[in-house]
Amino acid sequence: MKGRRLNVLVDPIACDGHGLCAELFPERIALDDWGFPLVDPTPIPLALKDHARRAVNACPKRAVQLVRAG
Amino acid sequence: MKVADASSRQPAGGARLLAAVGHRPTFDRHVALYGELPAGCDLIALIERAGLRGRGGAGFPTATKLAAVARRRGAVVVVNAVEGEPASKKDRSLLRVAPHLVLDGAALAAEAVGATQVIIATSTYGPELTAAIGERTSKRYDSVTFDVEPVEGGFVAGEETAVLSALSGRRANPTLKPPFPAEQGLGGAPTLVQNVETLGHIALIARFGSDWFGRGTALVTLSGSVAQPGVHEIPVGATLAEVITQSGGTTAEVAAYLVGGYFGRWIPAAAATQTQLMPDILGAGVIVALPSSTCAAAECARVVQYLAHQSAGQCGPCLHGLAAISDAMHVEQRGDSRPELKRLGRLVSGRGACRHPDGVVRFVDSALAVFAEEFARHANHRGCGKRLQGILQVGATR
Repeated sequence: MKGRRLNVLVDPIACDGHGLCAELFPERIALDDWGFPLVDPTPIPLALKDHARRAVNACPKRAVQLVRAG
Repeated sequence: MKVADASSRQPAGGARLLAAVGHRPTFDRHVALYGELPAGCDLIALIERAGLRGRGGAGFPTATKLAAVARRRGAVVVVNAVEGEPASKKDRSLLRVAPHLVLDGAALAAEAVGATQVIIATSTYGPELTAAIGERTSKRYDSVTFDVEPVEGGFVAGEETAVLSALSGRRANPTLKPPFPAEQGLGGAPTLVQNVETLGHIALIARFGSDWFGRGTALVTLSGSVAQPGVHEIPVGATLAEVITQSGGTTAEVAAYLVGGYFGRWIPAAAATQTQLMPDILGAGVIVALPSSTCAAAECARVVQYLAHQSAGQCGPCLHGLAAISDAMHVEQRGDSRPELKRLGRLVSGRGACRHPDGVVRFVDSALAVFAEEFARHANHRGCGKRLQGILQVGATR
């Protein structure tokens, strides 16, 4: 089970602060004072995987990734 | 691990790296002073036993870095001579005093990782380096080639991935790790990026062994209210007070010492006798004696403003966060911004591709702790009655 747990990873260089990820995946992503994503490192349960996937796909800079937790 | 025939040439006294001060940095003089390079030592094991840590600021164990590159094929060695700390002069000094020692270290490191090419990335270098490379090349002394590559300077330009970006013809900006240079560096090749001073120590350890090395020495650049500003070689493990006394003492009442550079920490003058200078605290080897006569809050605010401007501007939290922190550090305009500085610090730390924002946050935290009284006075608009003297150097902004 542990091997399938996922985390969100944001590439801070690629990210331009569009903020779509936080709108699509508010369960784990908030925005800071300047509109850049603040990621909650709690592993993502399977039930939220679709939300996470939406955030990854919506990023215009392809800065959001899903990686294995751990 | 003493190398028998070379033991007679072990530099006597405190100076090891700087034993050649006062002599012309020629090859013959170098060999007369330190002896020939030993052949066929197990360098990585030797460096591991010596416990050498990188002297560029991060203090990463050198043997671990060497081993990571040695595991891979087609490696390249980059000598990091981009000394980004405005108050640091130790690397450029070592390259002028003992260029052959640095080149020895680079050649040994290259051999250990299976590299045939050494690139010296530098933003400032003297004629001694090119002369030394010329001497070795005409003697066919090394099995590696040396190339000097002038690159952009600046505070973040010395970060290892920024150096590799500059060498690749791009802006000297850091890149995201992983991939680490050891995995995928210059042109995709496994790359050993090593600081100038670190290579000097490698050349000495290879000759005289890890027992001789002991805790080793370190190059420090002293500035501020000290009698003898400049580059000094100190025994690692000495206390801050010993180092200051042995290098001529102070010229004014000192409020605190900045140790390690702008990503280092403040040590109150009263704590100097209890502060042992180990590699983790020495960082890039900068020690600044801040006199009690200057406004510490304004000095620190000026440094933070400089560091904020030095952000490569690639990562939003660094670009915007450091600007906000710099703004909040200007206490005269902002009043009590200490809680806001703490909040911004937590918000920004760890959110860049490199450690620039983390370093700035550490500097601010240390300043707030050590100059607590001064910041409190400013926060209450009582001021400190002192003027900014500009003791803490800030370089050109990029």
